Amino acid sequence: MSETVKHAEATPETEQPYRELGLKDDEYQRIREILGRRPTSAELAMYSVMWSEHCSYKSSKVHLRQFGDKAPETDAMLVGIGENAGVVDIGQGWAVTFKVESHNHPSYVEPYQGAATGVGGIVRDIMSMGARPVAVMDPLRFGPADAADTRRVLPGVVAGIGGYGNCLGLPNIGGEVVFDPSYAGNPLVNALCVGVVRHEDIKLAFASGSGNLIVLFGAATGGDGIGGVSVLASETFDDAHPTKRPAVQVGDPFMEKVLIECCLDVFAADLVVGIQDLGGAGLSCATSELASAGDGGMTVWLDRVPLRDSSLAPEEILMSESQERMCAVVEPAKLDAFLEICATWDVLATVIGEVDGSGRLTVQWHGDTIVDVPPRSVAHDGPVYERPYARPSWQDALQANDPSSLARPATGDELRATVLDLVAAPNLASKSWVTDQYDRYVLGNTVLAQPEDAGVVRVDETTHLGVALATDGNGRFAKLDPYAGAQLALSEAYRNVAVSGALPLAVTDCLNFGSPEDPDVMWQFAEATRGLADACLELGVPVTGGNVSFYNQTGDVAINPTPVVGVLGVVDDVRRRVSIGFGAEGESVVLLGETRDELGGSEWAHHVHGHLGGLPPRVDLTAERALGRLMAEAAGGSLVSAAHDLSDGGLVQTLVEMALRRGIGATVTVEGDSFVALLSESVARAVVAVPADRVDDLLARASAHGVPATVIGRTGGDALVVEGAFAIGLAELRTAHEGTLPALFR
Amino acid sequence: MKVGVITFPGSLDDGDAARAVALAGGDAVRLWHADADLRGVDAVVLPGGFSYGDYLRCGAIARFAPVMEPLVDAAKGGLPVLGICNGFQVLCESHLLPGALIRNDHRKFVCRDQGLRIESASTVWTSAYDVGQEIVAPLKNGEGGYVADDATLDALEAEGRVVARYLGDNPNGSYRAIAGVANDRGNVVGLMPHPEHAVEDLTGPSTDGLGFFTSVLKGLVGV
Amino acid sequence: MARVVVDVMLKPEILDPQGKAVHQALPRLGYDGIAAVRQGKRFELEVEGEVTEERLAQIRGAAETLLSNPVIEDFTVRVEEA
Repeated sequence: MSETVKHAEATPETEQPYRELGLKDDEYQRIREILGRRPTSAELAMYSVMWSEHCSYKSSKVHLRQFGDKAPETDAMLVGIGENAGVVDIGQGWAVTFKVESHNHPSYVEPYQGAATGVGGIVRDIMSMGARPVAVMDPLRFGPADAADTRRVLPGVVAGIGGYGNCLGLPNIGGEVVFDPSYAGNPLVNALCVGVVRHEDIKLAFASGSGNLIVLFGAATGGDGIGGVSVLASETFDDAHPTKRPAVQVGDPFMEKVLIECCLDVFAADLVVGIQDLGGAGLSCATSELASAGDGGMTVWLDRVPLRDSSLAPEEILMSESQERMCAVVEPAKLDAFLEICATWDVLATVIGEVDGSGRLTVQWHGDTIVDVPPRSVAHDGPVYERPYARPSWQDALQANDPSSLARPATGDELRATVLDLVAAPNLASKSWVTDQYDRYVLGNTVLAQPEDAGVVRVDETTHLGVALATDGNGRFAKLDPYAGAQLALSEAYRNVAVSGALPLAVTDCLNFGSPEDPDVMWQFAEATRGLADACLELGVPVTGGNVSFYNQTGDVAINPTPVVGVLGVVDDVRRRVSIGFGAEGESVVLLGETRDELGGSEWAHHVHGHLGGLPPRVDLTAERALGRLMAEAAGGSLVSAAHDLSDGGLVQTLVEMALRRGIGATVTVEGDSFVALLSESVARAVVAVPADRVDDLLARASAHGVPATVIGRTGGDALVVEGAFAIGLAELRTAHEGTLPALFR
Repeated sequence: MKVGVITFPGSLDDGDAARAVALAGGDAVRLWHADADLRGVDAVVLPGGFSYGDYLRCGAIARFAPVMEPLVDAAKGGLPVLGICNGFQVLCESHLLPGALIRNDHRKFVCRDQGLRIESASTVWTSAYDVGQEIVAPLKNGEGGYVADDATLDALEAEGRVVARYLGDNPNGSYRAIAGVANDRGNVVGLMPHPEHAVEDLTGPSTDGLGFFTSVLKGLVGV
Repeated sequence: MARVVVDVMLKPEILDPQGKAVHQALPRLGYDGIAAVRQGKRFELEVEGEVTEERLAQIRGAAETLLSNPVIEDFTVRVEEA
């Protein structure tokens, strides 16, 4: 039997296990002040889970405000930060909603289910805006590629993403796979989903209108991941608690697929007032968020929740993270129609509550009141911390240790060997071992997918309107300089979207860091958010939403600070998309942008020398914007037949990928120090292939936009030739580039 | 000409199959798993996906869907039926086609652009191709290994009922690299690769898949 | 309530990639001397009332039509004592 409010009032001195639930002394005191009494056990469960770092953003909130305060002026934002996901206008009455989230800790504990339920969660987030999910992508980071733990985690994560995502029928159009020792024991499994919706159909998570009904639909509730949010996401793995592996959630992708179709039918028939997905913190989160965003209060009859496990206590039902559940607010007159659609899809649907004018969220259990709280105090008025932060004592030494002293290849032969070594390095090698386990074709609207720079999907088959998406992040750059590192992540994602022929519109971010209780980490976080907000303002692309993941550390060693940035762009006509692959022989190869000697944090320093030090490449947002404008014009005017950005691995990596895509080689000449020309990671650069009769036009437009442009060679042949340095046959390059991952993870 | 596309709960490529029918010049009619009749269609496509989650065996539950009853009767009577991927699995479970599909030998889901050789142009779904013609279409499956006993395989080969074979490395361990088979009458075809994903330059690796849909439409006009 | 167990195994001549993978992993973990592994499925059917011959025949029917695919799988049916 669960504790009633009356009982709590009568027994004010009862000791409560708030510390075990992750609440601090002062947080517990605040709950007592809010309620004017001690909380019941069910209330304590709700507050503890909703005030956890994962749900309340208590350490990050003060920094995240900058994304709103510094947001660029734009007409594109229809719904901003704070809702389940932001909504962006892409024209023609269409809107797009997209968001990236982390599922890091669960994926380390149980790689398959952790990654699978990560996909499921972000897809429900998108559905809760009234949108049809149309694509997913997964930025992934693991420890060293040859580490035993990586061999355990990576295949499970990839199979989980595929096993769940493929069964949902959502194409997986991109993402990242990055290896670095800093992620050993702390893999980063981020998941992004994008959905489309007509302007008039956007739904919000709010419960208004007294008498409206709260309907829980989807899977029955079981004991999955109880306390998963507060325990899994708010505490660090360390050797002292090696056995702390609480129940992780198990996903049922078929249920989710049916739930998607059911939701879309319900939306189409205009049967809901508000809708909310059940994710972290389950019903605690959904009911308190719905109620606090509405205009009244809410009563929930918790004993009506259908259970998979009849032994669950009410506290557990409130905290359960069983997957594939949604909560809708339905007018009584529309309830029958709503239930009928659910029945068509064999989806369980139950009225579990009602909106009322009380201003309180009350939860009843077989007639007894076990929760009676102001809903905002649970959902929004949690603690806010101004965590102390300070520039780490080691930061200066790290930046002073620049890569200038590292041995560089001196001869053509040495350069050749370095190139072959790098194209096979786990971070630069082909990722098709991973991406071939994902369905990229389903729905029939995928115009570009991995290994292209950005994923592009068609939104409207009649008008050819589409969207492009890319995610990027570079933890090494962010470690060297978190302010610049966050800007470089944005810069690269922006560039990837632009070179695919899209106009960048908006940003989502997943901020993966160590413990916020460590002032060094908190400084990294403060710098990264400041850098990202400043750069978003300058590039004119607002942050529409995202997620913070703290406590990614083992003992007191944190991961490299890793802000992962997703950029969404709009493509007016997807038929004009630009691929990375050389498409014809005899075309001019043109390098856009300026190359400097910038090798701090580069893949070369990392892979060849195991070195991390110095400064990352200089951020140049003006140049990035100019390159973007040029690429939009070039794609629109069909001036380029292929385009590929330069990033990790520099010019030579870009040329190799362009050549291998369709098996057409190239011969190029580089000026100055060929090592720097080929391997520097300077920003705001791209390589384009240009038909002979369009070269003058392209160069003139580049000049008009102030983008340096140099014809460096010609496509053709079956080798990549750098004049005066080396030649490597495409077959040899392909063997090196494509052999690495299959050999590691067979 | 009306071509029905059945949607089971968990079907994924039903919209793509309908689009392919339309691009080939036909009228796609959406059929629901719980329907008890075929609404007068002239042919039926069973699309790819994970019908009912495919938790028991792929296609095992779908086989007992209400719509399958009239479908099985009509197929035995000569109605053109194409099963793609999960649809192929459903046709095998229904015993409209011989053999079965099991987990890929490498145990991973595979999604790739796959070279195929058309081995039979005498089915209603492949008349637009030439025997020996090589085409490219997406292949995406976790349980696409075609198996049957030797006697069945020998019979299929002898009777010209192997419809398509994989080129290059065998992508899923299918016996004799078989990618698709037909019934003895040539009206029921099962295919593991996805021709409906190879109907537009913009979204597919080729437009080679269109021929399956133009074949059946042309055959229907001829009737 | 009685329990009837249906075990479903791939026929011996059908390749079993999962069983093969388990077999290959065993020696790596130090479990030697195992000649072969086949992976199958086990269904537990909770039966209301008594398990009569008639009921068993029904369950065999279900095993043959739904729980197994006779093209590639064999099955056995047995009553599990409480």
